[in-house]
Amino acid sequence: MRDIEQKRALIPDSAFRPWEPDRQEAEPELPRALSFLEDSWRKLRKNKAAVVTMILLVIITALAFLAPVLSPFDPNEQHLAWKNLPPKWPGVNMNGLNGTSTFRGRLVDNYALAKVPEGQYFLFGTDEFGRDLLSRCLWGTRISLTIAFIAALLDLTIGIFYGLFSAMKGGRCDTIMQRILEILSGIPSLVLVVLMLLVFEPGITSIILAMVISSWIPMARVVRAEGLKLKSMEYVLSARALGASELKIALSHILPNISGIVIVRAMFSIPTAIFFETFLSFLGVGMKIPNASIGTLLNGGYKVFKLYPYQMFIPAIILCVIMLSFNLFADGLRDVFDPKMKE
Amino acid sequence: MKRWTKYIGTRLFYMALTLFIITSATFFLMNALPGTPYNNQDRLTQVQLDMLNKKYGFDQPLMQRYVNYLGNVLHGDFGVSLQFSDQPVATLLGQRIGPSIQLGLQAVAFGTVIGVFLGVIAAMHQNRALDVFCSLFAITGRSVPNFVVAVLLQFIFAVTLKWLPIGLWDEGFRSTILPTLALSISPMAESCRFIRTEMVEVLSSDYIELARAKGMSEIRIAFTHGLRNGLIPLITVLGPMTVSLMTGSLVVENIFAIPGIGEQFTKSILSNDYYTIMAVTILFSALLVSVIFLTDILYQIIDPRVRIEGAK
Repeated sequence: MRDIEQKRALIPDSAFRPWEPDRQEAEPELPRALSFLEDSWRKLRKNKAAVVTMILLVIITALAFLAPVLSPFDPNEQHLAWKNLPPKWPGVNMNGLNGTSTFRGRLVDNYALAKVPEGQYFLFGTDEFGRDLLSRCLWGTRISLTIAFIAALLDLTIGIFYGLFSAMKGGRCDTIMQRILEILSGIPSLVLVVLMLLVFEPGITSIILAMVISSWIPMARVVRAEGLKLKSMEYVLSARALGASELKIALSHILPNISGIVIVRAMFSIPTAIFFETFLSFLGVGMKIPNASIGTLLNGGYKVFKLYPYQMFIPAIILCVIMLSFNLFADGLRDVFDPKMKE
Repeated sequence: MKRWTKYIGTRLFYMALTLFIITSATFFLMNALPGTPYNNQDRLTQVQLDMLNKKYGFDQPLMQRYVNYLGNVLHGDFGVSLQFSDQPVATLLGQRIGPSIQLGLQAVAFGTVIGVFLGVIAAMHQNRALDVFCSLFAITGRSVPNFVVAVLLQFIFAVTLKWLPIGLWDEGFRSTILPTLALSISPMAESCRFIRTEMVEVLSSDYIELARAKGMSEIRIAFTHGLRNGLIPLITVLGPMTVSLMTGSLVVENIFAIPGIGEQFTKSILSNDYYTIMAVTILFSALLVSVIFLTDILYQIIDPRVRIEGAK
């Protein structure tokens, strides 16, 4: 008691005022609830690898889709006099980047030999037909990315449709649909893709189709499993009690809640699609020459890699960077959206 | 026991159904292929084409050929290769399966051992430098396509350093080293990541705590006590691993010019050799389906906590 009195003495009387019951106490400002996107972004930002790879991916995608503007040459324009020139960078005097190469133990200036005018640089060198590799890489990345994005989008759509339908219908229909999936998943996707490519004329559309045919299955499975889980939740029950149609429940109550997992899945399916495209083109059943894709560039580079290693290493590095970035970014997304998911 | 018989019976039925569907689908797809399987087809006259078609039975109605083919496949007869002077496909593939199997086994063995080792090391040093290194390694191994790895290895060790043969299959073990390494990258990455996740969980469990309290060294705890439980779920990766090995073999065998199934498959694709394409497709699918089946069975035998689906 004395204690309180002592403290009371420390506070001047002016600090006190009579209590007014009507007066509205200002509510301490609560932080606004974060939206789904904001929350995800906040978590994703903590993962350095994911942020770095995201920026890288944005840059690569931008470069690839700006290829028509950025590439110094037409990707199919041939300069037969300037074939197989090594990379040359303005202002860099390092072997490998200054337009010279070793030929029978001697350093040769290939640009001088090919009578390339001064001030003409091929940053990535040229290939066996004298086509500018930088332009081809830009266009090639553009094609590869386009194929991957469309394929991922399509198998996302089909997978969601199939999975949600199966989960919502349930019963006999669900069983049959799952059996179909089981049978289809026994087919090695690679073999399926190759067979499809043999039957259709190789080209962007057929590659995309072939990949979609084999890769929507895991997506459908995940969506169904999650859908089944959510279907028995109470909020779905209450929506049903309020008279919401099955379609509405599926699209506006279940789908938003599985979007995280679906996004992660889709992100993982992009590098898979890129892998398939390069793989098929490398084998010679994918994109047809002279169209540039990362796969055909690798294929072309591999044929001459003992003589002109840069023609293979440049596309190989681009491919590795893209694949690594997508995988790391997808890993980061997975930690954000679905920390329990373990593969 | 009855439960098991029923389960295995259903599974075998679906396996057979899957293979049947694959066989049929491939058959009809093959017959929809543009072009003919003959060399110099542009120079053949119609009469010659008719004769060739008659010789190989391509003049019969589609359905009849389909039934014939199915019957033959059941008897182990996969037709004759149209590319290699009428050799039976079964013999042709029989000669080529050896290198593929050897490479596959070597790659799985090497890849998993190293991968498991790295995974355990990573889990022991969770979130520290070694862990980050192992995880980076695993993700790189998963991202970089194996044909890029193969080409890189070939460039470094065969072309530049000249330590190992560039390709072919004539120097015994020495010629298997580079292709094995290239193929083992993906099982290595896969098992490293998998074991790490498992071991992180296992290492925080009570019985490990007890072993630690007894004063065992961390390494012994991890490798003798922890790994025993961490290894079980690795069986589930077998399926994806087989798939990636099959995919890998196609292109790695081509790069190193190894006379295996994968190289044969690519060749037959590029030359429209119908019967070989179909035989390899069936072979690959059969392999995948049986690996998945075995995985499920093994898993249930080893880990009694996993219940058979649908059993009461």
